[in-house]
Amino acid sequence: MIAERDARAARIAADFPLLAQPTSRGMRLAYLDSAATSQKPQAVIDSLVHYYTHDNANIHRGVYELAERATEAFENAREKVARFVNAAESAEIVWTRNTTEAINLVSFSWGLANLGPGDAILTTQLEHHSNLVPWQLLAAKTGAELRFIEIDAEGLHVLDDLDEKLRGVKLVALSHVSNTLGTIAPLAEIVPRAHAAGAVVLVDGAQSAPHFAVDVRALDVDFFAASGHKMCGPTGIGFLYGKRALLDAMPPFLTGGDMIREVGYERTTFNELPWKFEAGTSNIADAVALGTAVEYLERVGMDWIAAHERAITGYALERLQPFVERGLQVYGPKNIERRSGVISFNFADIHAHDLASILDTEGVCVRAGHHCTMPLMEKMGWPATARASFYLYNTERDVDQLVDALEKAARVFKVG
Amino acid sequence: MDDFYKEYILDHYRNPRNFGHLDAPTAVAEDLNPLCGDKIRFELQVDADGRVSDVRFSGKGCAISQASASMLSESLKGEMLEDVARFSQERVLENVGIGISPARMKCAMLGLKVAKSAALGEIAHWPDEER
Repeated sequence: MIAERDARAARIAADFPLLAQPTSRGMRLAYLDSAATSQKPQAVIDSLVHYYTHDNANIHRGVYELAERATEAFENAREKVARFVNAAESAEIVWTRNTTEAINLVSFSWGLANLGPGDAILTTQLEHHSNLVPWQLLAAKTGAELRFIEIDAEGLHVLDDLDEKLRGVKLVALSHVSNTLGTIAPLAEIVPRAHAAGAVVLVDGAQSAPHFAVDVRALDVDFFAASGHKMCGPTGIGFLYGKRALLDAMPPFLTGGDMIREVGYERTTFNELPWKFEAGTSNIADAVALGTAVEYLERVGMDWIAAHERAITGYALERLQPFVERGLQVYGPKNIERRSGVISFNFADIHAHDLASILDTEGVCVRAGHHCTMPLMEKMGWPATARASFYLYNTERDVDQLVDALEKAARVFKVG
Repeated sequence: MDDFYKEYILDHYRNPRNFGHLDAPTAVAEDLNPLCGDKIRFELQVDADGRVSDVRFSGKGCAISQASASMLSESLKGEMLEDVARFSQERVLENVGIGISPARMKCAMLGLKVAKSAALGEIAHWPDEER
């Protein structure tokens, strides 16, 4: 069973040409930084080449065949993404550059129109800067108060005082999965209580949509944001899901071409959903390729991906265990059911950057630093951590390579 | 980069020289590398004719940034303040004595940036700083 799953991951890895590329030192590449960005399967790379080779034209305006083909490819991709997250209709999917832009869209459009003094925004202590800074600025502009769901030492949400914290809250904004700790947010517990308190819920899905099946209607979230480049798609394309009633009532964010219905010198009426939020020529080719990426993920199966990542994470935690008595610290939830495929760690007195540099010499790519969660790091008292993150193409061999590289780090730094 | 972490680098990392604070420093600066959160503070004691008579640095960070700052602190003692302000990146790299990859250059140069800032009385910049 285990061998079969790992063998399938190895076959999947063969779909990603970059993974076959050795490092400049001739090392096999063990890419363990998919939480930062995923690698791309050949199908997605081919999709970009195909679009520019055969279908490129500007969308929505041309009446010629080529423009119709480009428009169709662009809108088909939207339908694929809508199906991928189980939106009620594709008009509820707005293309953005990435998760950050999707969150900013909600902050500037919904936030400025709906928040004022006396209102509150509730987020958590583990947010990526992209789901914190927009709310700090929104709070400053509107006079709303910014509150935080506490995170305990293990990285879990503290919900004992949630109903109290929800008083006066109009927006709850939280990550589905923590990019630093891997914590999966207990949305089933938080969302109904947030709605009962009269708040809308925005979920930052940058670290969830790539890794397990997301059903926005079952979760009953109001907004859901994700980035294509973390889910086998290209950089520069992401999306915002929003419930139609909310998106319909929202004013435009960026304005200009394509998002209009009728423009006069004095006033303008706006296009319908989703184009109301897509000013200017969109990132057409990358949207089309993101459609190919979600088809690729569906073909592999999101449930298989989730199960494989859990197994690989479990295997990694098991192999790291012997290092603990030699000074390795592993952060995040102990219960594997509550964490995704992200492992943050520190090793004795080796700074995370030094650790990452040494692992790099062995072909192992991990991230080191604050992972864009500076307040969380400060709260936990970690100057920096190293982070290994897994995806569908990672195998036990990658983990073994990480472990061997840690042995090298121990030798170089003379620890353990 | 396999010989990145030579014995003396680890020694400076674990036993930094001139680490701590001065009672009444003449010039002080501190800065952080926002990329990694490394933080360094330099304190200089400058005598009447403009010579650095004592140095302390403090902060935390990776072996490269800490060892580089520690070695720099040794070099600065006895220098004229205007020479501290002119202290070159090349001299720091010579001190460090190992190949520094572009990604780690900011770590190696953080101490110098802060020491120069202390000497100049303002934040030091160099053309290739933002890479």
